[in-house]
Amino acid sequence: MTQARKSLKILQLYPQDMNIYGDWGNTLSLSRRAQAHGFETEIVDYNPGDTFPEDADIIVGGGGQDSGQTIIQDDLLALGNTLKAQAEAGTPMLVICGLYQLFGKEFRTIGGENLKGIGIFDLHTVGGEERLIGNIVEESEEFGTIVGYENHSGLTYLGENVKPLAHVTKGEGNNTEDSGEGARVHNVVGSYLHGSLLPKNPRISDFLIEKAVLNKYGEFTPATLDDSVIERARASAMERPR
Amino acid sequence: MVCMSRPLIRLVGQGVRYASRLRGGGSAFPGLVMEKFHPGFVAEALATLPRGVVVVSGTNGKTTTTKMVVQLLESQGLKVFTNRTGSNFVRGVAAALLGEMSLTGKLDADIAVLELDEAHAVHFVKMVKPDYALLLNVLRDQLDRFGEIDTTRRMLSTVAAATTGTVVLNREDPRIHRIADDVATGTNIEYFGLSPKLRAMFPSDDEMRSGVTASEQNLPEAKVALADFAGTCSTFDIEGEEVIGEVNLYGVYNIFNAAAAMALTLEVMGADANRSALIAELAKIAPAFGRGETLNVEGQTLQLLLVKNPSGFRLSLASADAKDYATMIAINDAYADGRDVSWLWDVDFHSLENGGVDMVTGVRAYDMALRLEHDDVTVAHIDENLESALATFIKNSAGKPMRIFCTYTAMLALRKELAKITDVEEIS
Repeated sequence: MTQARKSLKILQLYPQDMNIYGDWGNTLSLSRRAQAHGFETEIVDYNPGDTFPEDADIIVGGGGQDSGQTIIQDDLLALGNTLKAQAEAGTPMLVICGLYQLFGKEFRTIGGENLKGIGIFDLHTVGGEERLIGNIVEESEEFGTIVGYENHSGLTYLGENVKPLAHVTKGEGNNTEDSGEGARVHNVVGSYLHGSLLPKNPRISDFLIEKAVLNKYGEFTPATLDDSVIERARASAMERPR
Repeated sequence: MVCMSRPLIRLVGQGVRYASRLRGGGSAFPGLVMEKFHPGFVAEALATLPRGVVVVSGTNGKTTTTKMVVQLLESQGLKVFTNRTGSNFVRGVAAALLGEMSLTGKLDADIAVLELDEAHAVHFVKMVKPDYALLLNVLRDQLDRFGEIDTTRRMLSTVAAATTGTVVLNREDPRIHRIADDVATGTNIEYFGLSPKLRAMFPSDDEMRSGVTASEQNLPEAKVALADFAGTCSTFDIEGEEVIGEVNLYGVYNIFNAAAAMALTLEVMGADANRSALIAELAKIAPAFGRGETLNVEGQTLQLLLVKNPSGFRLSLASADAKDYATMIAINDAYADGRDVSWLWDVDFHSLENGGVDMVTGVRAYDMALRLEHDDVTVAHIDENLESALATFIKNSAGKPMRIFCTYTAMLALRKELAKITDVEEIS
């Protein structure tokens, strides 16, 4: 058992400008989960103008106000090719809400502005009049039932080269027309769900951790964890009205 | 009905108010009746006040600050009308007016001080242009209702733009501070603030994760600044003069809001201000219900602390050492609490590590327990049912003062339960 000495570096993308609705919870939960599986963890922040650490094992990014999105826009575009190459090489990533949108190809705001995305996901987002807000439950083949809270006005439409993360059984999801929510490509997960997402959906954490460990060490033996409090929190969240 | 004279409509409204109080009904219902049959009622009634109308708004601390402003103005000899029911919608104001007016329709007051929820303040200022506005803060709160913090800021900005006399702004909150740009020409702007020493104790939501404190350069002069405090003894910088006063309110944010209430009071009173009466009154202000109010239960103190957003929760936690108290946390997610519990992840709970949490309850008890687990805080009991959780908590905390952090509807339910075993002030 030399696994205890092994470590994972978790990179938070733009925590200064893109963190809202408990995005910190995703980073914290991922780090704690990795520790529970026997790994040391290091959390590194990346903000506009910083030197980008290219050796991160997992990348996590959150949502933001429209104003936050504007601040990071140019920096993210400059980083686009680097992140895209990492995604194609299999680096696991989780992007929520605002960064999920900007990991797509384009975001047309309600004011008629076109924000260019970095195109890791084949999708585009259009600003909507109405906010899609409320508790949400969805089913994913990979991750089972996913539970969280959505709060967005952007409507996201997937292209041909990307699959939704899950199909919504309660709530709205990517848009008001199809049942898809979020997006999946390579080892990248994009979603509108906060809540925070990872604490109540440990299968996604385990996926990100497993992929990171396989990339770095070639093999992964998960620990058996007590998820009883998580199960109860999931159950109460699923019963809540929209 | 449409042919009724206005005084008659008012009397009908007053009758409905009386009847619905007998029934124990909602405080805003009679206001709804007035809104329907005489939409100009609130504006007309308030227009008769010689000193005009004050609107207090912001995401945090409205109720306690409004209470402070009312008492401070009364200490200056004014008769104050306020919406103390806590129903801070336009129709709540109408209902409160009906209650205060004589049967001849006269409102016996010099000035109105109204607590208005951000969204309702926007509607209110369309009908009534306030003479004064006191804008406290824009914290991450109720994002599930308003969508974004920036939306909340815009609502408060609309209130400021409609204000004709003076807008009093929080110098330390960058979103409030910037509202100065939206104030109409001819309207005064005054600020309340903190000394540089205290600024680090109040990180804004923007600074929460970055640890970077906002630039202190180019901050405007504050009419009243909280300079320092130790326990209940606070030092204020009032128009450049250092004044020591006592504030018997729980939590550093309440002491900060005392600076806000004093700034507004001094602005209203102008040259007539009696500063010593102001400071004397400050010490007499008791917390508003559920906002740090202390009850006596079986010989021990039990304090109810309303928590509804990350900043408020963080500051409440920072206000006392957890190891000296038995602690319960009650989290509901009804509409009035905020349906979205994500905000719990933006609170740092490490201060509870030493001593742990004795009981976690409410509809979202397990979300809370999961959150605490992530910060290595031990949880002795989890019980989603508020009533049984409260009973167990009180039973197990024998000998220790108790603190309950609770969301709005959990607080109402717990007060109701506590009223069965101790004296709890009725909210009328």
